[in-house]
Amino acid sequence: MKPISSVIGRAYPLGLKNIDTDIIIPAAWLKTISRSGLGKGAFQSLREVPGNVFDDPAYADAPILIAGDNFGCGSSREHAAWAMADLGISAVIAPSFSDIFSGNAFKNGLLAIVLPQDAIDRLMEVAQTDSIHIDLETQTVTTPFQDRFAFEIDPFRKHCLINGVDEIGLTLKSSDAISTYETKISASQPWLTPNIA
Amino acid sequence: MPTSQTLYEKIWNAHVVEQRDDGTCLIFIDRHLVHEVTSPQAFEGLRVAGRRVRRPDLTLAVPDHNLPTTARLDSDGQHVPIADPESAQQLEALERNAPEFGIAYINATDIKQGIVHVVGPEQGFSLPGTTIVCGDSHTACHGGLGALAFGIGTSEVEHVLATQTLQLTRSKSMEVRVEGELGPGVSAKDVVLHITGVLGASGGTGHVIEYTGAVIRALSIEGRLTISNMAIEHGARAGLVAPDDTTFAYLKGRPMAPKGAQWDAAVAYWRSLATDTGAVYDKVVTINAADIAPSVTWGTSPEDVLPITGIVPDPSTFADPSKQEAAKKSLAYMGLTPGTAMTDIEVQNVFIGSCTNSRIEDLRAAAAILKGRKKAANVKWAIVVPGSGLVKHQAEAEGLHRIFIDAGLEWREPGCSACLGMNPDKVPAGERCASTSNRNFVGRQGPGARTHLVSPAMAAAAAVTGKLTDVRELMN
Repeated sequence: MKPISSVIGRAYPLGLKNIDTDIIIPAAWLKTISRSGLGKGAFQSLREVPGNVFDDPAYADAPILIAGDNFGCGSSREHAAWAMADLGISAVIAPSFSDIFSGNAFKNGLLAIVLPQDAIDRLMEVAQTDSIHIDLETQTVTTPFQDRFAFEIDPFRKHCLINGVDEIGLTLKSSDAISTYETKISASQPWLTPNIA
Repeated sequence: MPTSQTLYEKIWNAHVVEQRDDGTCLIFIDRHLVHEVTSPQAFEGLRVAGRRVRRPDLTLAVPDHNLPTTARLDSDGQHVPIADPESAQQLEALERNAPEFGIAYINATDIKQGIVHVVGPEQGFSLPGTTIVCGDSHTACHGGLGALAFGIGTSEVEHVLATQTLQLTRSKSMEVRVEGELGPGVSAKDVVLHITGVLGASGGTGHVIEYTGAVIRALSIEGRLTISNMAIEHGARAGLVAPDDTTFAYLKGRPMAPKGAQWDAAVAYWRSLATDTGAVYDKVVTINAADIAPSVTWGTSPEDVLPITGIVPDPSTFADPSKQEAAKKSLAYMGLTPGTAMTDIEVQNVFIGSCTNSRIEDLRAAAAILKGRKKAANVKWAIVVPGSGLVKHQAEAEGLHRIFIDAGLEWREPGCSACLGMNPDKVPAGERCASTSNRNFVGRQGPGARTHLVSPAMAAAAAVTGKLTDVRELMN
C-alpha cells in the first residue's frame, strides 16, 4: 500500500445518501480478473444523467468525494474502492460508511472520513468553489475559509495508512501465535476440521 | 472477566489469536468460502508475493455468480461453453487457482454446486460457533446456524488465504427480538424486510445483530438463514441466531459435519454458546410479530418497505429532507406515483431464487401457491432457480418442478442468477420484477430494471395475477 498522509484538492459535491456499491460500480464490471481500469465504470448510472458532478469540468480530477449517510452500502466488492481510486479519488467524506466499504477503502489507501452532517453541509458549499484539505496526521479537514473539522480514525488504520503497511506481511510476523492457536484448538475442538473429501 | 456474555462475545473471545494495545485483534477464521468474482486478484496477490494458502483444509471454492442457469451439459454430456468471454475467463481462473493452491473445488456440473451461502450450510461446512468469511456481503447468511459470518473484500480474502486470520476490531452488539407469532402468509422474508424497514439501511452499521424471540425460535434453519442473510441490508456486520435443537437436527449427518463422538462433543460445545441470562447488548430493538404483514419494497433501498396492503408513499411526507430527495429519485427510477396501491402495480418478471430464498422450503412455499394455477399473460419471464444441485434434486423428487413448469415458469440450474445482473439472467430496462432476492438497488437486476423484493409465496402470487398481490388472498 502506498503511504498517504494528506489529500488536498477539489471535491465532487455528490451529497446523496445510501450510495450503494452497485452505483459505485455495477456488477457487469466485476468480471475482470485485474484491479485496474475500473474507473470507466465508476458511478455509471449517475454519469448517465446530464449535468452530473463527475463530468462537470469544474471538478475534473477532483481527489475528494463528499457524500451522504451510509456510503458504500451493499456488496463486499472491493472493485468499488478500486474503481474510485482509478477515477482519481483518494478520499471520501460522509456522515457514515458501510463497515465493509470502509474496510476495503482502508486496504487500498482510500481515506473514508466520517464527519457529522452539518460539517458535510458546509463542505458541500465550499466544494462548489474551493479546495478542501484533509490531514491524516492531525485528523482534520480544513478549508480556505478557516473551517476546521476534526475526525476520528482507528489508530491502527491511521498507522497503516501513513506508513503504507503491508497488512499481510505484518500478520505473518504473528505466524507463531497463529500456530500456537491452531495447536490448542485442534486439541480442544478436534471436530472443527471439516471432512472435505 | 464478565460472567454473562452474549453469543457474539463468546464466539469472538474463542477466536482471538492476539490482541494489540489499540484493541485490534487477530481473529482466527474457521471457514473460508471462495467464489469466482472476488478471488482472482487475491490469488494473483499470493502468486506475486510467493505466498501459499495457510489452511486449504478450511477453504472451499465453488462458482456461482457468473454461471448461466441454463443447461450446463448438452445432450451428448458435453460441457456447454459459456458465451460471455469475461465470465468464462473468471470461472476458468477459479478452476485453475483452486487446485494450484490445494483448495477443494466443487465444479459447475457437480450436484453439490450451488450458491456459496446455500452450499456451506447444506454440506455441513458451516457450523455453529465458527468464524466464516467469504468475499460476498451475504455471508452473514451463515449466522442463521449460530456462526459469526461476514463478508470481506478481496484484500481480506488474500489475507485469510495467506494467514487464516483477519485484523479486526470488535463490533457493538444489538439484539433484535421478534416476539409473538407470525400470521398466515407471513414468512421469514417478510420478517427481515420488516426489520430492515424499522432499522433503516444503516441502522445496524457497526453492530453484530443477534435475532431472538419466539418468532426466531420457531423458525426452521432455512428461515433463520433467510433472516441472517439480509443482516447486511440493515447495515449489520453480521447476523446471529443462537444454535439450538433445530440447528443440530439440521446439521446432523451432513457430509462435512462432525461424526460420532466428535459430533457429541461439538453439540455439547454449541449448547454452551447461547447468550447468558443477564448479558447486556449495546442496543435492543423489539418487534411484535402482529405488526408484520406480507411485505414488499417500493423504492431502491431495502429500507423502502411496506406491507402489501400499503400505498406508494408521498416523498413530501418524509420528515428527513435527505430522505425526501432520495425517495423522489427512487420513485422516478421505479416509475411509481405516490398514492398508488401496491397491489395495483403490474409486474412483467418474476424471479424466485438467490442466497436469500432458494432453499427447499422456499421452493415449497412458492409451489404451494402455484399448484394448479398458471402465470398471468402479462408476466413475460418467470424463473425458478434452486440454490444448489441438491436443492434441485430434492425439489424434483417432490415434484415441485412439475408445478412450476405446468404454471408456465422456467426451472433452471443453480446459481446467483437474476439477483445481481452479472450473468445472462437480467430484467429488461424499465420492466418490473417481483423478486425473492435481497437488493432493489438501481440497476441491480440489470440496467434500468425495477425490483420489488418479496417472499417466495408473494413472488408466486405475483406470477399468478401479474401484479404485486397479497398472497393471503390466494391461500385456501
